[in-house]
Amino acid sequence: MSRIDDYVPVVGASEVEELRLLAARLEGKIVRNVNSTAVGGGVAEILTRMLPLLKDLGVDARWDVIKGNERFFAVTKNMHNALHGMDVPVTGDDLDFFVDVNRQNAAEMDLASDILFIHDPQPIALVERKRDLGRKWVWRCHIDFTDPRPEVWDFLKGYIERYDGAVFSAPAFSRPLSVRQVLISPSIDPLSDKNRELSEEEIDRVCTKHGVDRGRPIVTQISRFDYLKDPVGVVKAYRMVKEHMDCQLVLAGGGATDDPEGLRVLADVRREAEGDPDIFVLFLPPGSDVEINALQRASSVVLQKSLKEGFGLTVAEALWKAKPMIASAVGGIPLQIAHKYSGILTRSIEGTAFWIKQLLQEPGYARRLGVNGKEHIRANYLITRHIRDYLLLFLSLYFEKDVIRL
Amino acid sequence: MSEPFQFQTRLNLVELLGRRATTVRELLDGIREVPAASIYHHTHRFLQQHHFLSPEPPNDFAYWVSGALGLDDIGERLASVDTVRYRRINDLRTRYVKILEEALAARRNSWPVCQENDEFHFLSCRMFIIPLPAIARDADEFLDILRRISVNSLYYHVFESRLQMERGENDFAVWFEARGNRELADALSRLDPYTITLEGLRQEIIGLVRRHVQDR
Repeated sequence: MSRIDDYVPVVGASEVEELRLLAARLEGKIVRNVNSTAVGGGVAEILTRMLPLLKDLGVDARWDVIKGNERFFAVTKNMHNALHGMDVPVTGDDLDFFVDVNRQNAAEMDLASDILFIHDPQPIALVERKRDLGRKWVWRCHIDFTDPRPEVWDFLKGYIERYDGAVFSAPAFSRPLSVRQVLISPSIDPLSDKNRELSEEEIDRVCTKHGVDRGRPIVTQISRFDYLKDPVGVVKAYRMVKEHMDCQLVLAGGGATDDPEGLRVLADVRREAEGDPDIFVLFLPPGSDVEINALQRASSVVLQKSLKEGFGLTVAEALWKAKPMIASAVGGIPLQIAHKYSGILTRSIEGTAFWIKQLLQEPGYARRLGVNGKEHIRANYLITRHIRDYLLLFLSLYFEKDVIRL
Repeated sequence: MSEPFQFQTRLNLVELLGRRATTVRELLDGIREVPAASIYHHTHRFLQQHHFLSPEPPNDFAYWVSGALGLDDIGERLASVDTVRYRRINDLRTRYVKILEEALAARRNSWPVCQENDEFHFLSCRMFIIPLPAIARDADEFLDILRRISVNSLYYHVFESRLQMERGENDFAVWFEARGNRELADALSRLDPYTITLEGLRQEIIGLVRRHVQDR
């Protein structure tokens, strides 16, 4: 388990000192996080990493999970898909049931705290207790909803506007609301297995295991096998490059083995790659973090050719390893890459192929992009910045003005 | 004798205004109407987020007009606004408004609309100012602290106090002026901090203080 001081060599002593100054101003306040699952999923992962660090800083941060049955989670899954713009049924009965489950939880839970930090739509209606409990309430939206179904959005909006503020991960998710909206991007943990420094031997071992030759250029995309990540488009871009120069392609990622769509995509990619010994399609089991880390570090260029993306943290992960990155200008990716400064943004297979060739042939320029990309991640997308934003968010609840002297 | 210099730091919480633009006209309307803190954020965000880069990308308005609308001529005019000349954010706002109004009046071609997902989102920020446990009573102590403060603190004393807090000068120049180091104060206030990385700026200030005060 990491301690906050472990981050001093990564971000500097002065940054960590600032976190301590902020945390000291929250002394005596209880911050209660509430979400719908203790394990699995991005929110649980973030809270698992972040809570020990908040506690190490002296913040009384707690975490509770609401209870729900199969029907409740079927309804919330449909709500989730409807927020992504999918045409799925969410009936009035479903919403009534959703509210009932929230009320049962609200009645049973110990909500005594100063700040209630409610994550995602599942527990959103707990805010009904604000009327009798008072205190500060913030809703944290972790999901992408650039194009939500209006009936579901209107339902949620009725609850969001009862909070003291709402937090979104990217500007595109913001909507006109009567409450303050805060932008807090997700982050990566530089000390996790997926991102920590690796020895050359560790990287070699992974490449040898999969037959990838470190002596030749390696182009890599790490992502689940999902049509929205466009792995077939990646293979096509690679073939355009391969007409002119030698390189290998690594497509690596996981996916649930019971996800029929994921398996279909994997089959499509394997078919597309057939007959080319320089294409490595690697379906990795859960817990392959060190392997992913090694493949990114071995790469000459890393791609993220998504057609649609939430925040796209795999971009931050590759940039943190100072890799030249070519990624689609979708979702949160343009926040992470300033085109031609800290990476390359593209919009097509042809554009991606063009830039792969450029970066493989101009290693000096590619290296500069990678170095800038790493510094951009250090300044903006590490877990320490995420903690700082949360501390500022909690403190901001007690002030009205735009300039706050602590 | 002047007061000791109290180093402070500032940390920003970025807010979303729920307002977006897809054309030059909508950008202009937004620039006219958003709070001053939003203009400040969009013209200084790159300095904070890309503080290791020189030249850093220009302000958000210029970057979007060139990148998302493909209007390089207007983008270049927006990018070349000499921010260091402005002492009030509303004066800076007026300058951007004028450039866009002139562009709208002059252009005969039809106006582009950005692609989906390329919209300009107006953001703003809330600023937290926190005193650091770092006080300088003389130039030696000043240099010692300046070497180790975060870029957030350096940024506050150089950029934010001057423009966002509308003090007109950076804090370091004001302090050395009060101590009677007029030449150094002049040199510090002549710095153009917009065309250098923050670490470069830190070294520049250290060099100036050493030349004017320590090496005497």
